[in-house]
Amino acid sequence: SHKHKLDFRKSKEMCLNYIQDAMLQKQWNRAAEFMTFYIESLEKDFSTEYTGPSEIVWRIGTEILWHCSRSNMKEFNSFIEQMKTLGVKKYLKICLEHAFHLLCNGRTDEAYQNLFLAESWRFGEQTTTQDKEMKLIQAYRGLLDYYNWSKQKNILLEYDKVGFEDLSVEQEMHNSFRKAAVSLKEIIQIPGVWDLFVQCYVDLLEFYGDHEEARQVLSEYAYNSKFPANPNAHVYLYQFLKRHGEPKKSLISVLKILHDIVPSHELMIDFHAMLQKSKKRKKRRLGLEVIFAALDYAGWKENVKAWSCLARQIKQIIISEKHLEWIKQEWNSRKDWWPAFHFSRYLAKRNWQENESLAYEKALVAGILLGKDCKYFKYISHQGCKDQKKKFRTLKKFVNKHSPVYLRISE
Amino acid sequence: EDYQERCVQCSEVNWGLTDGGRFYCRTCHNVTERTREVVSSAVTSNTRIQTLSKGIRKQEKTDEGWEWYVCEGFQFVLKKQAEALEALGVCPQMKDEILCNFWRSYLQKSQQAYCNRPAGESIKVLSECESSTDMESEPERPSLLHLLSLSESDGDLLTDCSLGSSTGKVSESTSVCSGSVDGSLYFMKNQKGKLRMSMPMTLSFCYMALLWLRESMTLSDLLRFVVEGHIPYLNVFQCFPEKMKLYGLDLKIFCVESWPVYEEVYDKMLHLAAFLELPRFPDITDSCFLHPDILCMKYLMEANLPDELHNWTCRVVKKIRIGEADFLTFVPENKSTRKVKYDVLAAAVIVVVLKLLFLLDDHYEWLLSDSAEERNKNNKEDGPYFEFKKWYKVIKKSLDAEQKKMDEENAKYLWRCDKPLSYSTKKKSKALKRRQIVVNLQNQFGKLSGSLQPAEKPNPSSFQLHWSEENTDGSCFHGHSLKGILQEKCGILTVMNPDYWLCTVKLCSEKFCGHLAHYRDLDFPASYDFVLRLFSFLLRIQPGYIHEEVCAIEHKLFNKKLYKKPKYNPGQRK
Repeated sequence: SHKHKLDFRKSKEMCLNYIQDAMLQKQWNRAAEFMTFYIESLEKDFSTEYTGPSEIVWRIGTEILWHCSRSNMKEFNSFIEQMKTLGVKKYLKICLEHAFHLLCNGRTDEAYQNLFLAESWRFGEQTTTQDKEMKLIQAYRGLLDYYNWSKQKNILLEYDKVGFEDLSVEQEMHNSFRKAAVSLKEIIQIPGVWDLFVQCYVDLLEFYGDHEEARQVLSEYAYNSKFPANPNAHVYLYQFLKRHGEPKKSLISVLKILHDIVPSHELMIDFHAMLQKSKKRKKRRLGLEVIFAALDYAGWKENVKAWSCLARQIKQIIISEKHLEWIKQEWNSRKDWWPAFHFSRYLAKRNWQENESLAYEKALVAGILLGKDCKYFKYISHQGCKDQKKKFRTLKKFVNKHSPVYLRISE
Repeated sequence: EDYQERCVQCSEVNWGLTDGGRFYCRTCHNVTERTREVVSSAVTSNTRIQTLSKGIRKQEKTDEGWEWYVCEGFQFVLKKQAEALEALGVCPQMKDEILCNFWRSYLQKSQQAYCNRPAGESIKVLSECESSTDMESEPERPSLLHLLSLSESDGDLLTDCSLGSSTGKVSESTSVCSGSVDGSLYFMKNQKGKLRMSMPMTLSFCYMALLWLRESMTLSDLLRFVVEGHIPYLNVFQCFPEKMKLYGLDLKIFCVESWPVYEEVYDKMLHLAAFLELPRFPDITDSCFLHPDILCMKYLMEANLPDELHNWTCRVVKKIRIGEADFLTFVPENKSTRKVKYDVLAAAVIVVVLKLLFLLDDHYEWLLSDSAEERNKNNKEDGPYFEFKKWYKVIKKSLDAEQKKMDEENAKYLWRCDKPLSYSTKKKSKALKRRQIVVNLQNQFGKLSGSLQPAEKPNPSSFQLHWSEENTDGSCFHGHSLKGILQEKCGILTVMNPDYWLCTVKLCSEKFCGHLAHYRDLDFPASYDFVLRLFSFLLRIQPGYIHEEVCAIEHKLFNKKLYKKPKYNPGQRK
């Protein structure tokens, strides 16, 4: 059959290819030119499921306009308004993305107006189909209310410094608070990742002294299994509890979960420190586990603090001559790959060149775990002693003294 | 067709229509009193019932329009196309006589009888309107029924259906889904034996008329003019009179969304000619444009090949006897002979000649070119010898540029017209709104890119590629000599290579797979593919069609060799 004949659909497909090519090469004017010819496919838009012409024109047109005439918001806004009239099914989505664009351009007030207008949109059963978008619109509007509240709060604080009062601003501030609080509270009840919204909401609650509600919110966010696993949720909870002087026990339990989800999280250092101070043996044991686990990750390779934590704990264990088996247990699963990962000759040279303190801490760990004859320790201690650095001599002595430890943990 | 009564005189069922719209028996020429109206009253009574039960009276009072029939629409299209062809230089006879007669014959044979026109008026009115002068003189071209339904209020038309005739009721029921009276019937009735009119078929009509007059326009030329916009096709219904309202199913009939395909138009023409029972067409002689000798000359020029090659094409044409009038002339009744596509044939002949001279096996032609280059160095007296390599470079560059341009133009093609279309009156406002948005957006993006002005239509030209000997860059090969690649043998110049390769050893059967041969570019040498693509571009057809023709020619040329031994051997070329 005549598969090769040129028809409307094929012609527009080709046109779209040219547009996409131009966009990839950032030739925005050329993309705009071909878009002019693509646009008439809107009149043939009978699509229901797949990405039809109206969505293509909306998304690509947005990109092109954005790049072609960035400063001309009027053009852009008029384009978006036309897109909104094209199809009812994407109305709210377009409103939302329009608001994002405005925000990216610093036009917060306009964004607010748009979201506010969109909130009052109703269209038969479309209102229920587009429920998700509506909720997002309300949430972002709430976020902007928070932003306004924050601005007003800062103004008042400034006034406060000079002993000035302004009831109208205060009134506005409370209004913003109310509007924000309602929307934010609603959105964070839906399972999802709402980091920014949660933080803002908690900020509001804390300001007005509702700590109980804040704690409740954060706990829900972190522990409700319906919500996706989110390390940040635990971090927020931890920070909140710390702010409010909660006992170490609760802090540790929060961080324990964080350690389970993200062993390489930066808070692991704090966590380790807390665990080390504990009198309980189990906690100290956990501490060793935590610090070893953190150093499993490439991002921690050159973290002096982490190495010094590990070095200190190892030293403590050796000197106390108790719990050597802890080290053995932790080292068991790592002895095959840590040498190449952390203690190669190349790294020895590099660490020495770039960061002596790092080299020092690592050398101690290497000396104990791999013995005084391992390349890392030998190189660093040699270099350090050559430079007549006292602490390296001490280090050398220490490792030599405790060299039998290596034999015990490596059996 | 509906009339199945036996003739009272001869008992045959073989009816025709008189000019007066009465039925007459073709066998014994007995004229009856029956008219078409009576025959199709069954149709009307049904529709009347339909109308009443549906209670359809939705047409707005302000929406005035004529009643019109689909064939009228096509008639209008044909008229426009004929006018355009005349503007391109075709003789006026085509429009006034030939096309007219073909169309009239078609209407009669296909008995466009869904209307119930009162006796005596129908065909006469039709023939009046066909002649162009009539149409020209009346700016407001009356529809068939307007003439019949002249009421007191001039120009006040049909919507209220105050006409006594049943015609009004027919229009009402069908006007819901189409502006034309019989638009919906057009799709419903399965017309076997009848050739249903379509937009591509208008071009078949045109080409048939051109062929009858042996005009200097091939089918590929015609189709190219259509694509370039010189002949109305896409959106031609925009030129319909204001009162001929188009919507619903009419759009499916008249609103085209694809370019006409050569094979489709050609095949329809064959059917049409057979349907109209046309006699043998005027002979194609060697002084006609369509004769391979002449067309080859044109294509050689356009392909920038040496004029000397023309001798060779003529020799091939003569040898396989495709220059004879009996072979070339179109005889519709003769279903067994393979019909000639003049443009494809000429192109294929050139390809065969190139194969003969250059072999085109991705090896020999380059060797030959190198040797010609060598000879050219010592060549002082004669004109330059033709070097395949040089020609290839020049053509490839041009072809790539033209192809790229054409691809972009295709991508930039605007299909929609200014007149907003809608499938129903309900959706009309939505369509209008959308159109407004489209226009706004086009302006907006047009301003951004600076391309608000629509591309200008190129002037119609029968040549797409132009090569001038005045160019000093040596990019014109017309005057080049073939001496560089030929050798003298017994006082005649012959080809140097004794070999030839056949495109295919066995031809397919057209009856089974529709083609004599199938083309897959991977299976053939690149040089051969290049040459095919060159002509494919010039004729705007798929390379496969030319390849098919090449195969057919080769089989004729090497007929003896092929049917003596199944394997091919190097033939002795004369």
